[in-house]
Amino acid sequence: MSLSTLLLALLVLSSLAFYLGRKKALSAAGGNLRTLHSLPNYYGYYLALWAGIPALAVFTLWLVLEPQIVQSLVVGGLPEAQRNLSPGRLGLLINDIRNLASGNIVSREVAPGLQEAAEHYVRLRDTSRIALVVAVLALAVAGLTFGRQRISAHLRARNQVETVVKVFLIVGSTVAVLTTAGIVFSLVFEAGRFFVAVSPAEFLFGTEWSPQIALRKDQVGAQGAFGAVPLFAGTLLISVIAMCVAMPVGLMSAIYMAEYAPPRLRTVIKPILEILAGIPTVVYGFFAALTVAPFFRDTGAAVGLTISSESALAAGIVMGIMIIPFVSSLSDDVINAVPRAMREGSYGLGATQSETIRKVIIPAALPGIVGGFLLAISRAIGETMIVVMAAGLTANMTINPFHAVTTITVQIVTLLIGDQEFDSPKTLAAFALGLVLFLITLVLNIGALRIVKKYREQYE
Amino acid sequence: MIAMQATTGRATDAAASPVPAFMTRDVCVFYGQKQALTNVSLDIHRNQVTSLIGPSGCGKSTYLRCLNRMNDIIDGCRVTGSILLDGQDIYAGSMDVVHLRARVGMVFQKPNPFPKSIFENVAYGPRIHGIAKDKTELEAIVHNSLEKAGLLAEVKDRMDQPGTGLSGGQQQRLCIARAIAVQPEVILMDEPCSALDPIATARIEELIDELREHFAIVIVTHSMQQAARVSQRTGFFHLGILVETGDTEQIFTNPRDKRTQDYITGRFG
Repeated sequence: MSLSTLLLALLVLSSLAFYLGRKKALSAAGGNLRTLHSLPNYYGYYLALWAGIPALAVFTLWLVLEPQIVQSLVVGGLPEAQRNLSPGRLGLLINDIRNLASGNIVSREVAPGLQEAAEHYVRLRDTSRIALVVAVLALAVAGLTFGRQRISAHLRARNQVETVVKVFLIVGSTVAVLTTAGIVFSLVFEAGRFFVAVSPAEFLFGTEWSPQIALRKDQVGAQGAFGAVPLFAGTLLISVIAMCVAMPVGLMSAIYMAEYAPPRLRTVIKPILEILAGIPTVVYGFFAALTVAPFFRDTGAAVGLTISSESALAAGIVMGIMIIPFVSSLSDDVINAVPRAMREGSYGLGATQSETIRKVIIPAALPGIVGGFLLAISRAIGETMIVVMAAGLTANMTINPFHAVTTITVQIVTLLIGDQEFDSPKTLAAFALGLVLFLITLVLNIGALRIVKKYREQYE
Repeated sequence: MIAMQATTGRATDAAASPVPAFMTRDVCVFYGQKQALTNVSLDIHRNQVTSLIGPSGCGKSTYLRCLNRMNDIIDGCRVTGSILLDGQDIYAGSMDVVHLRARVGMVFQKPNPFPKSIFENVAYGPRIHGIAKDKTELEAIVHNSLEKAGLLAEVKDRMDQPGTGLSGGQQQRLCIARAIAVQPEVILMDEPCSALDPIATARIEELIDELREHFAIVIVTHSMQQAARVSQRTGFFHLGILVETGDTEQIFTNPRDKRTQDYITGRFG
């Protein structure tokens, strides 16, 4: 019986349990539903849960533990010499046994001993599978019988089903939280390994970024430098340029859409603006690299400025265009959410439309607008593709937007592409940079919440 | 600024004269194709409270909102007929709606203080119209307006706290103070007590009676007792028509029209 068939059987059993539970409850009620504690369906769910959950739990646990147990049994059956191999070579051997068992290509000549081990493996696995099927089905039936006995008119089935639902929801949210925690933990752990090789002070305050590790002692440029300040500066520069584009344009278009545009125009403009957010960033990237950057370079040359063909300016402006919808769409929504009574109150005092917007609507909508800005900033800081293509890779320490700069995200990309050893500081630096990026975004979000709280006003 | 002073000056002169503040003749209002008001002719007198009563949807709020052109905000709204404020047609091209609304203040059904401090709420109007010369004068205007609105004693120690933190009745008095601060000639009130409890309502009604000394007041209300209590003149609207207008006492004791009689005795509406 394959695993999916087993799951299907479990499902059928649970459905049957639902039916049986309902029927038992109805007969317990004796025709008068009011004597039942809960609605009949709840007794059905109750019994279905009894039939399904314990069996499903055992099923999951079994699948998690089975490979380890089977493997240790197979290793136990191997000859003494092979059992004492180093863990790496033993792993290879086990891999071969497994491949042989499932009929895949094997990396070595098939010795009789190996053949035997593979057969042993297959036998163990088959036994385990049969045991699994028997255990799961037996447990389902046992749960069903036990639950059915408990059903009576006084059983508080609704409360118990609700409790189980609550537990499921808690498990669901825990998974999300634990995943986040796991990612953060791995970042911190790997960054910690990096900081063993390079001191945090050098990383955070060093002004030279040249991430390389010597393969041999006498190599040219054997000394790597891991001062991340140029990256922070580059990220900041590009984000500032992007926000200089996105904030005014986004806010103004939001105000126009919310306050001035006739409703029909608004229904057309808003989706069009939102399309900007849907364009793949790589498209923005080559737009920046092939159109905008050369345009700036040529314009600069025409007026006597030296603008390199990969410049922070080009990347920042294109990134700004990309994040306009984040600002405009969110601001538009919050401006629209400002109660009509506010506008009327202001107009009623003789304020003009722009006075009303400036003095009443924007302050009232400020928390949402700030939220949109911060979302856009964290988007800008995390953006990679545009910067890779348009801003260059040179870690220049500059605030001149006409020069090439590089950002945290770009360096993470360049550190990790290609063949890398995962224990050299060069690769581990990516995790440290990731950690910094994470912390910046975290601080931005906390700041956003603070501002929102401070400016939040209550209206009825 | 100069125009403002001139008009306020005129308001005091006119206190004794019988010339009405508002003279409206044959006012019709259309929302798109739908006619909401038909040929309403009504005078609003100074130092009097004029109440507009009638069942829901009868056009009394629509009429009120014609008087400071708040209907302009609504798409597809069209007004015909003449509405004269001190003899000036307020729908004429030469009339600046900003100046009009400075002369004709409005208080709304639901208290709608801005999400700003109490002081800033009242100072809002004077600021946008440049009424105060300096900070001291602005403070004087704010204090004066809060005093007139009967709110000063309750809020003078917390002027910098948000206006939205006040109780419903206090918020509505704050909105009245906000309207007074612009030194209007007329104050329009659109069911100002419908969101308030009886005690707050009594307080506002008292206030309306006091404000009559300085302003012409038009109040739309659903409560006939309120109309009888606070107003000197009453207009009864029904289905977009001004059915009857006259002294409040006469309307409530001796209505001329059968429909008015039916409405005030509670037979419909």
